[in-house]
Amino acid sequence: MFVNLGWQGMGQGWTQGSQLKGARGRHMQDRERKTGGFVLEVTQLPLAEALKVEGEADPQRTVECELEGVGLAHVSVLFQIRGSRARALPDRALVNCQYSSATFSTGERKRRPHGDRKSCEMGLQLRQTFEAAILTQLHPRSQIDIYVQVLQADGGTYAACVNAATLAVLDAGIPMRDFVCACSAGFVDGTALADLSHVEEAAGGPQLALALLPASGQIALLEMDARLHEDHLERVLEAAAQAARDVHTLLDRVVRQHVRE
Amino acid sequence: MAMEMRLPVARKPLSERLGRDTKKHLVVPGDTITTDTGFMRGHGTYMGEEKLIASVAGSVERVNKLICVKALKTRYIGEVGDIVVGRITEVQQKRWKVETNSRLDSVLLLSSMNLPGGELRRRSAEDELAMRGFLQEGDLISAEVQAVFSDGAVSLHTRSLKYGKLGQGVLVQVSPSLVKRQKTHFHDLPCGASVILGNNGFIWIYPTPEHKEEEAGGFIANLEVISRLRNCIISLVTQRMMLYDTSILYCYEASLPHQIKDILKPEIMEEIVMETRQRLLEQEG
Repeated sequence: MFVNLGWQGMGQGWTQGSQLKGARGRHMQDRERKTGGFVLEVTQLPLAEALKVEGEADPQRTVECELEGVGLAHVSVLFQIRGSRARALPDRALVNCQYSSATFSTGERKRRPHGDRKSCEMGLQLRQTFEAAILTQLHPRSQIDIYVQVLQADGGTYAACVNAATLAVLDAGIPMRDFVCACSAGFVDGTALADLSHVEEAAGGPQLALALLPASGQIALLEMDARLHEDHLERVLEAAAQAARDVHTLLDRVVRQHVRE
Repeated sequence: MAMEMRLPVARKPLSERLGRDTKKHLVVPGDTITTDTGFMRGHGTYMGEEKLIASVAGSVERVNKLICVKALKTRYIGEVGDIVVGRITEVQQKRWKVETNSRLDSVLLLSSMNLPGGELRRRSAEDELAMRGFLQEGDLISAEVQAVFSDGAVSLHTRSLKYGKLGQGVLVQVSPSLVKRQKTHFHDLPCGASVILGNNGFIWIYPTPEHKEEEAGGFIANLEVISRLRNCIISLVTQRMMLYDTSILYCYEASLPHQIKDILKPEIMEEIVMETRQRLLEQEG
């Protein structure tokens, strides 16, 4: 995986590779609420990574799942902390997540209204994930907004959103229990596959989305569509967990490099 | 009209960090700092299963038995005695809400403000009604932190002649971690401008008031100096250098051979900051 991390740029330096690039910062002014925010662009591109998963039933058949530069999803994350009296909880912070998909993100250009079901559901899932990870007790009477926009959707959008939002929250200095690393997994023809692409997702097999806190091994969110025999669950879960840990290694490396600078 | 187009170029990271401490212990959330239970936990850490775990990405700081993790970039966290520059966002019943780049809006109580005429008296209902006459939404003020509430909100006061509403000048917003803590944050630079380095990352550049004459004239005459200073501050911030009066001054002097608008170009920025860094090192030792 290959992550570009940008932050509110005070300058205009552009770098390539898994380094940081100064991104344009946008300071939002809203009439009813005072907000201050950063636009953090995180692009996530998987490298050619071969995940070999062997099918136990037939030892001769090894399935190689290669993710080649097509891209999971590009996510742009904007978040802000502000003191708001409207929906403030007295003892902890409110986490508000909003998900939106750019019109050019899928194969056909489709205009998506903002309040539609998929966005709301994704937003809710992201909220659950991050409420588990962020130490909200330290920010009473505040609201943490996480806005995620998908620029390119090719399967695994939830996972990409979670990974990008983790980086964004980390960059803002909001205390978290741990990284949240996510990955999707599925089950096709007797083999567990990690990180499904759009084509594989559309094929209609069971899919699993897993968000993990790597250090403690705790699961922040586990979601599954369609039906899967419980015998296979273990393997699929393991594949997803392994992929999530790989993501964690990458994010870890990038963040450490960032902090070093 | 001639236009200049620039393409983004891969920037080589300045790995020759002269004088930067490379022995810092860097952590990311989820890292175990120590398993020794004898330490007290400070900011940026939490206790999990008898281990002290970091909750932000930053460097570990240890003071005797207290361990805390200083995050790389956070909002301003108020401490008593800090000088801040803020913008009024709301006028409420007996106080003003001030935006200071912190997690919650700061509060400036009416009783913490100096009345014109300098009288010390109880604030009456008329004073409340006249609040908007003193400070309106959008005004910039300089103030000092009086107290910090339990949820992190900061209470300000302007009970001194050097604090109060700010007049003409330029505001630069930077990250609070880049402003060095010093004895005084009000500096009069020899180039003709003065600067207030707010601890919250708001930096105010204004023309030095010379015997309180010529307010409007002073700003226009010093426009070039102020613009140059602003660009210098931005270039220092891009290169993650600490901001204090000496560094700003050296940067200003290093930038004199260049045109003001050229200072923002990446290569010239690097050049100026390298020169500043060298001068600062020479001065230190």
